[in-house]
Amino acid sequence: MAQVLMKDLNKKYDEVHAVKDVNLHVRDKEFIVLVGPSGCGKSTTLRMVAGLEEITAGEITIGDRVVNDLPPKDRDIAMVFQNYALYPHMTVYDNMAFGLKMRKFPKAEIAKRVGDAAEILGIQELLRRKPRQLSGGQRQRVAVGRAIVRHPQVFLFDEPLSNLDAKLRVQMRVELKRLHDRLETTAIYVTHDQVEAMTLGDRVVVMKDGWIQQVGEPLELYSKPANRFVAGFIGSPAMNFMDVAVTDAGGALWVESNGLRVKVPPVHAGRLGAYRGQHVTLGIRPEDLRVATGADSGDYAFDTVVDVVEPLGSEILLDLKAGDHALVARVEPTVRVKEHEQLRLALQPERLHFFDLKTELSI
Amino acid sequence: MGRVSPDTAAVHAAAPARVTPARARLLVRLRSRSAVGIVMTLPLILLIVGLVAYPFFYAIYLSLLNKRETAFVGLDNFRFLLTRDTFWLVVQTSFLFTSLAVLWKAILGLTLALVIHTLPPRGQRVWRGLSLIPWVMPLALSSLGWWWIYEPTHSALNWVLVLLGFSPKSWLAEPFWARFSVTLVNIWYGTPFFMITYLAGLKSIPQELYESSAIDGANAAQRLRYVTLPMLKNIIAITLLFSTIVTLATFDIVRVLTRGGPREWTHLFGTYAFELGIASGDVPLGAAVSLFMFPILAVSAFFILRGIRRSTS
Repeated sequence: MAQVLMKDLNKKYDEVHAVKDVNLHVRDKEFIVLVGPSGCGKSTTLRMVAGLEEITAGEITIGDRVVNDLPPKDRDIAMVFQNYALYPHMTVYDNMAFGLKMRKFPKAEIAKRVGDAAEILGIQELLRRKPRQLSGGQRQRVAVGRAIVRHPQVFLFDEPLSNLDAKLRVQMRVELKRLHDRLETTAIYVTHDQVEAMTLGDRVVVMKDGWIQQVGEPLELYSKPANRFVAGFIGSPAMNFMDVAVTDAGGALWVESNGLRVKVPPVHAGRLGAYRGQHVTLGIRPEDLRVATGADSGDYAFDTVVDVVEPLGSEILLDLKAGDHALVARVEPTVRVKEHEQLRLALQPERLHFFDLKTELSI
Repeated sequence: MGRVSPDTAAVHAAAPARVTPARARLLVRLRSRSAVGIVMTLPLILLIVGLVAYPFFYAIYLSLLNKRETAFVGLDNFRFLLTRDTFWLVVQTSFLFTSLAVLWKAILGLTLALVIHTLPPRGQRVWRGLSLIPWVMPLALSSLGWWWIYEPTHSALNWVLVLLGFSPKSWLAEPFWARFSVTLVNIWYGTPFFMITYLAGLKSIPQELYESSAIDGANAAQRLRYVTLPMLKNIIAITLLFSTIVTLATFDIVRVLTRGGPREWTHLFGTYAFELGIASGDVPLGAAVSLFMFPILAVSAFFILRGIRRSTS
């Protein structure tokens, strides 16, 4: 058990500055997820913690030791790789025992630890098999088993579920969460899948272009994104963004653009006041849109034309046009609507998001 | 055989009345899929028969004749060889030469491959190219170069030895050093083949295995033992087999450097067969010598291939 501290962490390859001034405090027993698109620096950050990449500048502390100059084996970490990295010529048992054998653990202790881990993961039956005789899910379990037999201070996961099919991924996600609750080991988990990030992480770190964009609990990232990137990255389908002008009419603030006119709700009015006469980005999540009824105020409703209808069973996704803007709405499965039909939508005013057009920061 | 598709069966049924049943059966057979396969591979089969099977069986036939190739003598040639001390010397030299040369080629090839594999990509290309030179040079020509190096009075090798305070050697005239010299040239020539094959093998080992073993606490020697060598096992087996075949059949080096001397100490099966068959004109005896290579190679191929099959099944 240990905390991990990253201080002004930087990684530069010849031309590329892959990780920029990352400062992060992973608390003891915390499950933290680094998420972002490909090339955002999340894997590089993880590999620097593992000792597989040299640190260009900055400092990493695991527990109370600065580990910058320690080789991977002395950092007391265990890592699970995307393509499992099992030794193909060794049995499952030998794969799991390898790290202990290298550390010269007595045979009985190795057998006990491997047995315990196999039991936790439900792979006792597979111990004598070779990796190629296992399914993807079983291999992933063995890879996790190899990590937990070591009882390390920190678990590092590098996109461990990416090679699994969708159904198995959901199942393994739940198992990993359960495992973490049971072992209570500090874990750093890298993924590009925001659903994995939201469901697994005690806290989530969103990265882009080597910078940390925001660190927060999953729901905090969802409801209070720090900037337009986080807003668009977290949530599926992604948030709708529209370039709108802030205007003043009848003593209230409005945002408008071609085909859309919405009153600025009182919660935002104060901060948006400074943008009067300027353009900002309006963000509306698809789930914050619904089909308008007669009771809805005209201030928070607008007309659209249905472009595509995507019925998913539990909900319907509508691709719509509002003036020049294309947007997605997530509506009740009972809504009956056809393509090219007119549809009036209402929105939840308190859930609107506004972003500065230049800095892209949340207003 | 015997697989008849429905449409060929229909052809059979619709065959004109004057076609006899036997001929109709033949037609059906010819139209079956396996017959088409055989016909289409026939050119290659003929080529292999012409270039491999015919000479092989012809050698067996020759080895059963007398020196003037006028009479069948059974196994007399083989019996005669087994009573000759020179032949046993050739057997000994061939074994020693092949096993030492193959072993050292494998060790040096692997070492070179490991060293080149750790170089940055640009340097890798240069060194890979340079280290292939011995292998791509015509062997007869490079052997001539080595002959100059070994030349006792004016050569570079002895000059360096004297410079370092050692006494010069007659490299190709003393039995031990002649065997050593011939083996050394073969190692020099064959190492690049191992190097390039192992390098390709090393590149196919996933980097994660090394990263994972580094985290697991394996040092460089343990990574070699637990990751690299097991991952290269099949490639090592194949190269050993291939190289054993080629090395045992070595001809040029010995022919150019020593012609089998001194006192037959460097003769291999190939050069000895040539000496007896072509130079001395006893073709059947030469054929008998060369045929001794076959069972040796067959046995080693059997064991190596069985090993590979077992490890991959």
